[in-house]
Amino acid sequence: MSMSQTTPRHIPDRLRSPMQARLMSWESLLLAVAVGIFILNTLASPYFLDAWNLSDATFNFTEKAMIAFAMALLIIAGEIDLSVASIIALASTAMGVAMEMGAGTPVLVLVGLATGMLCGAFNGALVTKLGLPSIVVTIGTMSLFRGLSYIILGDGAFRGYPADFAWFGQGYVFWVISVEFVIFALLAVVFGLLLHKTSFGRTVYAVGNNPTGALFSGIRVDRVKMILFLLTGLMSGLAAVCLTSRLGSTRPSIASGMELEVVTMVVLGGVNILGGSGSIPGVVIAAFVMGLVTFGLGLLNVPGIVMSIFIGLLLIGVIALPRLWSMWRKKRV
Amino acid sequence: MTLLKSREAILFGAIALLVALVATRFPGFVVPSNLIAVFTDTSPLMILAIGQMVVILTRCIDLSVAANLALTGMVCAMINVAMPDLPIFVLICFAMVMGAALGAINGLLVWKLSIPPIVVTLGTMTIFRGVIFLLTDGKWINAHEMSASFTAFPRASLLGMPVLGWIAILVAIVMIVVMARTTLGRAIYAVGGNPHAAVYTGINVGRTQFLAFTISGMLAGLTGYLWIARYSVAYVDIAGGFELDVVAACVIGGISIAGGAGTVVGTLLGALFLGVVKNALPVVDISPFWQLAISGAAIIIAVAFNAQSGRSKGRIILKSAEHAQ
Repeated sequence: MSMSQTTPRHIPDRLRSPMQARLMSWESLLLAVAVGIFILNTLASPYFLDAWNLSDATFNFTEKAMIAFAMALLIIAGEIDLSVASIIALASTAMGVAMEMGAGTPVLVLVGLATGMLCGAFNGALVTKLGLPSIVVTIGTMSLFRGLSYIILGDGAFRGYPADFAWFGQGYVFWVISVEFVIFALLAVVFGLLLHKTSFGRTVYAVGNNPTGALFSGIRVDRVKMILFLLTGLMSGLAAVCLTSRLGSTRPSIASGMELEVVTMVVLGGVNILGGSGSIPGVVIAAFVMGLVTFGLGLLNVPGIVMSIFIGLLLIGVIALPRLWSMWRKKRV
Repeated sequence: MTLLKSREAILFGAIALLVALVATRFPGFVVPSNLIAVFTDTSPLMILAIGQMVVILTRCIDLSVAANLALTGMVCAMINVAMPDLPIFVLICFAMVMGAALGAINGLLVWKLSIPPIVVTLGTMTIFRGVIFLLTDGKWINAHEMSASFTAFPRASLLGMPVLGWIAILVAIVMIVVMARTTLGRAIYAVGGNPHAAVYTGINVGRTQFLAFTISGMLAGLTGYLWIARYSVAYVDIAGGFELDVVAACVIGGISIAGGAGTVVGTLLGALFLGVVKNALPVVDISPFWQLAISGAAIIIAVAFNAQSGRSKGRIILKSAEHAQ
């Protein structure tokens, strides 16, 4: 992103010990918050500690987290995709059209994933081939993709998906473990390995920290960014498959505002919105934190829009508090 | 400068062409009264876009303008219900102060805590909307609860045009003067053009960004009253998603998202372009469902165009330098 800040960086004269660093890390702080929310929820509502209720609660975040994993990589690489919710709308609409033409479940899934990738490719091409800032490009495609969905559907809706299509969003693998949760867990592992254990993961950090430096060390910066946009599109397509399957219908307003929650999840997970740092375990814990907060407040009959206040405060708070804390410490020293 | 002017000329030409095309099939569209109606209908977008322009010029972005509008508008409506006799002038002043205060919250978080503007305003956007719900419990305030003078003001006709349109013109004139003739205006361009150089010339970058957010908030607050009064209804989701139209108007108007480049006139034309499209669609019998996709496509084309003209501008500076030697 193009928003630069002119603040000096403080470089400590020695590194913290590994143990202390791990204890003070963003992920452990977040984990403590997650545990705290879990305990608060247990005390606040007698219905919270129930296997089926907790299983239902996972649906609050599984679809968003799928996109958040890819979005985390994209933001670490210094770009952003605000069109993800609109990609869901378009992919879901494409699946609806395919369904009307008599496609079976495997074809529907393929159509959803392919539409997602095409949208990602479109974003990626505009950003890498034309050198446009991703934030404006994806604000544009956010209108464009959902707009196409409105053109196709108007105020109508697609219904009547095949019965076996419901497996993705409503199926259970074992007892209370839903298909969506298994997909979420698998993707967490895959993305964790991709970012933290492969050379591609290292190039993502390099591109985000210093694109020019990365280019001069032989990294094909544009290709990395293109792959990440494709990946974000693909994950949005997958989320579209799950969400459409879970709801059993498609409207053009499907998943509206979800891009916000995905970005919040990523930032809450400790990913630097300016690029260059972040981790997948952080995003996983952030997904649980957001899921627990929304579910717990839901049990207490708090309306959805009031929950969004909490999400907004959480987003600003998690970034503001550490900065306030370090300002306060500097003043004392 | 000639290039900047030509860009506005191109945009003006595009709008004229669009109007002419519609007029060939529906001459009624270019009747002065209808053109005035289109202008008035676009006025809220223009006022918000000018505020957004100021923020984008300083390399920030304000996604909370529509939520600010809705919150301030709702509070104005509630005050009107509680005190129907309060003069409209006082209410407008209140709307601007409250909007500015909400904008200042964004500005403070960006200035003092250096949180990226997109994160701050995404957050405050959801918070402002949520606060409306907390205030109203999700209830609507309808026309019959508002006083007659409250709803009549923006629609009152002055020299053949509603007051709403005149306010947009007034805001535009004030902002043209502020941007071109005051130190604040020049500081805003300097901060966006090169923040490091701005620091060395003694400009406080963070403070300038804070003031930009405050201006944007103030205009959003003003629009809040005008919007609620014009449509005579206030509810939580009013102007939902309008922040994207506002950013779109700026981008189409040639405001560089990288900061530092763009004019008030360009922004006005960008907003007018979207307004003409919106009003022309039903006339030429295209479903209003096309509007979202069209404005999306317009943003992408405009930003691609911006990038191209930005590049050639650099080359032309070099050329003119060569010619000078």
